[in-house]
Amino acid sequence: MTRYIPYLLVGVVFGFVLIKSEAASWYRIQEMFHFQSFHMFGIMFSAIITAFITTQIIKRLGDRQAMDGQRIEIPDKPAGRVSYIAGGVVFGLGWGLIGLCPGPVFALAGTGSIGAIVVLAGALHGTWLYGALKRYLPH
Amino acid sequence: MDWLYQPWPWYVAGPLIGLMVPTMLFIGNRSFGISNNLRHLCAITQPPNVDVDFFRYNWKEHIWSLVFVIGTGLGGFLAGVMFANPEPVKLSAAAQDMLLAWGFTQPGAFLVPDELFHTSVRNFTFLFASGVLVGFGTRYAGGCTSGHAITGLSTLQLPSLYAVLGIFAGGLFASWLLVPRMLI
Repeated sequence: MTRYIPYLLVGVVFGFVLIKSEAASWYRIQEMFHFQSFHMFGIMFSAIITAFITTQIIKRLGDRQAMDGQRIEIPDKPAGRVSYIAGGVVFGLGWGLIGLCPGPVFALAGTGSIGAIVVLAGALHGTWLYGALKRYLPH
Repeated sequence: MDWLYQPWPWYVAGPLIGLMVPTMLFIGNRSFGISNNLRHLCAITQPPNVDVDFFRYNWKEHIWSLVFVIGTGLGGFLAGVMFANPEPVKLSAAAQDMLLAWGFTQPGAFLVPDELFHTSVRNFTFLFASGVLVGFGTRYAGGCTSGHAITGLSTLQLPSLYAVLGIFAGGLFASWLLVPRMLI
């Protein structure tokens, strides 16, 4: 079980940041989609730049092992276009409506929000629906 | 210790979120992303008499990911309850005016509006249905804001760019055309 402790701790930091940065706020998401504040864009851009610089450093270090001994690799996402765009649009519709993407759903559920738990229940049903319909959908 | 209670500026929060990507690689060669957990939770709860291929795999290999989101919930509890910010969300004046015009009476008083999140059949139907869109869409696209916008874009993956463009288009549609009419 001890090998899971690092994931728990990093998860705690992630949830803490999502609430403290108000990325889990419905209001902040509406403000973002109406370009009325730099706040959310600042979070996204600085997160992407930080992750870009650090992963580039990891790549250039050559063969590197993770804490558990595995070789660090950054796999490519499967090639495609339709599923990424169509899935993105459907997810974006939901995100715009409830102002919560999956990370913030878990963080907000932790604050005791019954509404967030209802969203999570819906998201699990949506995931199941995708699994059941996968072969009929264009990818 | 004020910083534990106050909201954090974007230039603190953003880099911390970005550091999740190399940290997960260092811990166990893992790709940072949240929405996969929705699939794992379905795989765990799939009844034996239902057999959807998509949920038939060894979810035990992904316990680390479920532990991560348990941590996310715990972090939410710490930040939102133990060290809760007593002040309202400091929205821009433009956003406040817009939200008031849409019928939201206390813009930013809490993280989420009472008008949409308080317990009622109407609200829970809306939250559940929107959740279905989030669950369906993230699996169809193979990721969400963390997996595509942060991990995917920062490692220069073209599919993630498609997904992010789709996400933003869907979000703009909902926020400009649907949300303003919700309370009317």
